[in-house]
Amino acid sequence: MIIVSDLSKRFGKLEVLKSIQVDFNHGKSYAMIGPNGSGKTTLIKCVLGMVLPDTGTVSVNGKSITNDWSYRNLIGYMPQIGRYPDQMKIGQIFDMIRDLRQDQSHIDEDLIKEFKLDYMRDKRMHTLSGGTRQKVSASLAFLFNPRIMILDEPTAGLDPIAVEILKEKILSEKNRDRTFLITSHIMSDLDELTSNVVYLEDGKILFNDTIDLLKEETGELKLGRAIATIMKRNLKKTEIV
Amino acid sequence: MMKIAKYVLYDILRNRFVMLYAFLLLVITSSMFSLDSDPGKATLSLLNIILLVVPLVSIIFTTIHFYNSYEFIELLLAQPVSRKTIYFAEYFSISLALSAAYIIGVAIPILLLNFSESSVYLIMAGLLLTFVFVALAFAASVATRDKAKAIGVALLFWFYFTLIYDGLILYIIYSFSDYPLEKVTLTLVSLNPIDLARIIILLKLDLSALMGYTGAFYKNFFGNSMGIIYSILFLVAWTLTPLLLAMRIFVKKDI
Repeated sequence: MIIVSDLSKRFGKLEVLKSIQVDFNHGKSYAMIGPNGSGKTTLIKCVLGMVLPDTGTVSVNGKSITNDWSYRNLIGYMPQIGRYPDQMKIGQIFDMIRDLRQDQSHIDEDLIKEFKLDYMRDKRMHTLSGGTRQKVSASLAFLFNPRIMILDEPTAGLDPIAVEILKEKILSEKNRDRTFLITSHIMSDLDELTSNVVYLEDGKILFNDTIDLLKEETGELKLGRAIATIMKRNLKKTEIV
Repeated sequence: MMKIAKYVLYDILRNRFVMLYAFLLLVITSSMFSLDSDPGKATLSLLNIILLVVPLVSIIFTTIHFYNSYEFIELLLAQPVSRKTIYFAEYFSISLALSAAYIIGVAIPILLLNFSESSVYLIMAGLLLTFVFVALAFAASVATRDKAKAIGVALLFWFYFTLIYDGLILYIIYSFSDYPLEKVTLTLVSLNPIDLARIIILLKLDLSALMGYTGAFYKNFFGNSMGIIYSILFLVAWTLTPLLLAMRIFVKKDI
């Protein structure tokens, strides 16, 4: 379980996160939605310890993550853009990350097999297309059966078949006791994959509840339309002010 | 740390730029010794080229590599390893890869062509300069947020230590030529790693006579083992200071 309390971050003059307060519970999957530059990636990076917040704390399973790195054993992360050292081979990347993880008891190579990456172990990273690199990133995130999965735009750049494989995988893992945190701009994907929505705008959380409730509240049947309704509503509010 | 460094080192060693660097050094070294029959003169010409090329290549390659590995460092940061581990793994893999290129390009041929005390010092100076300038490049990289700025700062370091600093020293010596300046220039020289490396080798080549009275003073100072230890200690300090400074920034940096 991840508890984010009173988290603020500014980059120079820009206030990216404004005292964010949110819990991510086990067994649930969260869609992080928001316009570009609303602070989604910054929030994720704060949870991963890549960005150090100005104020506020993040704790994972009851322990504060400040000056601690062991909690990352629990996390699988798939970045938005995966770039790897040019001359490294696919197999070496997997070997290296396996070397770094202490807990090797639940290795999950399903995605490597389904993406057929095991046939490409000797290919060098600079010869790979963007989509294949995304496949490597996805396989790495799932490799250690982590309790917490953080996926930053997982389906961007993947071909339709790969998208389906990845979605299948996420859905099958969802049923186990996992926390999923997914950002995406593709609403139909999130509608399928997640149960909760965290809607961020201008560094503030405007909505944090189940997707069903959101749909009910806005009277829409699809997540995309429901979100659009919320965005419009906010736009009107700001116009009045 | 070794776990990461092993893979990163392998990656850099296969990099074409590093191979080209080793080859370039090899060509320069062997041509210097084939063009000049006097090994002393050849070493001197080689010294002048090395003092320009080694810092420049080290500082530029490191900065570019750091920014090209940015997303990879991000991925490593999501793994259960500390930032210090990642930082030192990156530092040692780059400096060891460039040192390997230097050993192939300069150390091995020079030991085969002209085995002498001055050659050994030339090799040592080049290796130490590699470590110093890779550390300076890390300082430039972590202190900035984009690649272009980082390269700019890194180049400024190089210009400063190869050109500007010497000009300043000359200016000071010229302006205050009426005063005894030996100790002052010794201090000033210690503040520039390239000058430090140059002086050691010039003294080993017995060219100190060219430097007049100051040269005699240096000879007196650097000629004995204390002087050598002094200069090595200073070059090590020149490595550790930017390296640890940059580490402190990197540990707190938003990636």
